[in-house]
Amino acid sequence: MSRNKLIFLVVLVLVACALPFLVSNYRVFQFTLVLVYAIALLGLNLLTGYNGQISLGHGAFYAIGAYTAAILMDKFGFPYWATLPIAGAVCLVVGFLFGLPALRLEGIYLALATFALGVSMPQLLKYHHLEKWTGGVQGIVITKPDAPFGLPLNPDQWLYFFTLVVMLLMFLFAWNLLRGRIGRALIAIRDHHVAAEAMGVNTSIYKSLTFGVSALYTGIAGALGAIAVQFVAPDSFNIFLSIVFLVGIVIGGLASIPGAIYGAIFIQFIPNIADELSKAAPWAIFGIFMIGFVYAMPFGINGAIRMLLARFGRKAQTGGPGSTITESSLKTKEASQ
Amino acid sequence: MKHVLAPIAALLALALASPLALAQKKYDPGATDKEIKVGNINPYSGPASAYGTIGKTIGAYLKKVNDDGGVNGRKINYISLDDGYSPPKTVEMARKLVEQDEVLLLFQPLGTPPNSAIHKYMNSKKVPQLFVATGATKWNDPKNFPWTMGWQPNYQDEATIYAQHILKTKPNAKIAVLYQNDDYGKDYLKGFKDGLGAKVSMIVKEVSYEVADPTVDSQMVQLQSSGADVFFNITTPKFAAQAIRKAFDSGWKPVHYLNNVSASIGSVLTPAGLDKSVGLISTQYLKDPTDKAWEKDKDVIDWTAFMKKYYPGGDLTDASNFYGWVVGQTLVQVLKQAGDNLTRENVMKQAASLKDFSPAGMLPGIKINTSATDFAPIQSVRLIQFDGKQWNGFSEVMGQ
Repeated sequence: MSRNKLIFLVVLVLVACALPFLVSNYRVFQFTLVLVYAIALLGLNLLTGYNGQISLGHGAFYAIGAYTAAILMDKFGFPYWATLPIAGAVCLVVGFLFGLPALRLEGIYLALATFALGVSMPQLLKYHHLEKWTGGVQGIVITKPDAPFGLPLNPDQWLYFFTLVVMLLMFLFAWNLLRGRIGRALIAIRDHHVAAEAMGVNTSIYKSLTFGVSALYTGIAGALGAIAVQFVAPDSFNIFLSIVFLVGIVIGGLASIPGAIYGAIFIQFIPNIADELSKAAPWAIFGIFMIGFVYAMPFGINGAIRMLLARFGRKAQTGGPGSTITESSLKTKEASQ
Repeated sequence: MKHVLAPIAALLALALASPLALAQKKYDPGATDKEIKVGNINPYSGPASAYGTIGKTIGAYLKKVNDDGGVNGRKINYISLDDGYSPPKTVEMARKLVEQDEVLLLFQPLGTPPNSAIHKYMNSKKVPQLFVATGATKWNDPKNFPWTMGWQPNYQDEATIYAQHILKTKPNAKIAVLYQNDDYGKDYLKGFKDGLGAKVSMIVKEVSYEVADPTVDSQMVQLQSSGADVFFNITTPKFAAQAIRKAFDSGWKPVHYLNNVSASIGSVLTPAGLDKSVGLISTQYLKDPTDKAWEKDKDVIDWTAFMKKYYPGGDLTDASNFYGWVVGQTLVQVLKQAGDNLTRENVMKQAASLKDFSPAGMLPGIKINTSATDFAPIQSVRLIQFDGKQWNGFSEVMGQ
């Protein structure tokens, strides 16, 4: 990582830290959700963007994480922070186990299998033998945590900072994972899995582990989301959530870490803007936004920002050799990031 | 001397009166001399978007109220947001309305899961969550949730009325039940079983369906093969029409109880086939504008005129549009009663002091009554039976 990038990152974190003191509590809550979605999107991006496995059912892992946190807090009196590792671990196991049979499925078939998972999740949560824990259709109401150690923060601000720290840790972990051997193996499997295998990459283990880790990210996000919203119910996790996640990573930028944040901002705020523009057809407006973004920024928001930066950089360097941006150089750049 | 004293007396009177007059006006956020901000959350998108029309009718009605001069000289500023029937989104929208738009109260948020999600929040913020659009029983809990109030008769009470009717008229019945697998369906089922009490074994078969199912045909076949002679149909309009048709076409012909949710002639019985709907039993608390019996009724004529002028795109056969009009009147009544004391506390106090209020569109004899310990505005209904053309009341007003 270059020095400029590091400075930029530090400034960004400082801005993120200042944010809750500058805007209303309602906005702080919205930004907390952005951070939560960013973690979930990063999880899905590991799987889809880096490893090339399409999932249409990540809402299910988000739901499992959310319910794990809610049940632990509500029935067993766990403190909120202790539910995160457990939610992550549960999702890791479920994701890994789901990933094993899913190995036999490629591309669109895997998408269908995960779609089945996403579609069935709300009904599984309503299953009446589980009602004792899940609260059935009525869901579970949980209490929002107060700031500890007498910090002068209101619950919204505290939860924002708590989520921010978790997010930074999760992003650091992903960055570490992806820039080394494992990251290269994931991308190799995506780009040409026969070649990857020939080079000695154990594709089946990598693929199911990626599924597990991806589910872990999404599960932790789900747990944080449940704590922020203070309520879980089967209707919160319908198939639409899974599809919105996929929209988020494509719009934000496939196979990019910052893309998860851009995507999260998109899925959090664009539906609200669409609703303000038209009550009659908010999703049609949302669709127009989506088409517009995909058309104007074919590599996602992150890709567009990179291209812009590269163009400015080239002007500054008055066009050195090899400074043209192509799709392949963009991808290798991301991989070596 | 007389002439000198008169102006002094007048001044004195003024001096005494003016602080009183000022003191009478009390405002919380969302209320001023000119306007009252009312928030609303409806599913304009998503799986329950068919109900979004309620939010639009309310908006149209409040516009009419404003055009007629408003409430006590204040215009109502109605801010309605979409939550897509997704509870996390409902939380976000409720927070936007309370914290950013600073509404005086939240009126008619729709659905049990969305309202459950904001139940605690609204009560901790002490902002009225008034006349929620769901028939769940839990909204009548003034002790623990003094800022939340329901409106329509709750599902359990209604189901109990059917159960009692069956016990009275057909004590040896074998009952089959079809219900929607969610809070609404289960609430009805619970009330029904409670109503049957010790004779709950009269239910020989119960089958559920999901909102996402295309049809309930296979469920109906299962129910028919159970040999039941009474059928309790707990379904939303689309499925109700399917079930009525299937029950008739398959030659089952049980005594058929249909929940009030789907008792609309226009949107349920007509698509199912009026001839196939003969003999259906249901309950009512509002007039059905698609029922010929009310064709010349003043309320229905007024409503039709209102719809044509203020909501021309609205469907005149959709019972939701009638519902929105009646519930809108209830809000206006509460705000009228609140007078110049537009605090959130007083809004709840007035909502809890409705006495024999009968908005236009309500069935004759059914009145809204609330008190500090009774947060269930409408508690009575009338049993009705369909004769192929219209619903006929065949019982007194029932319930508390």
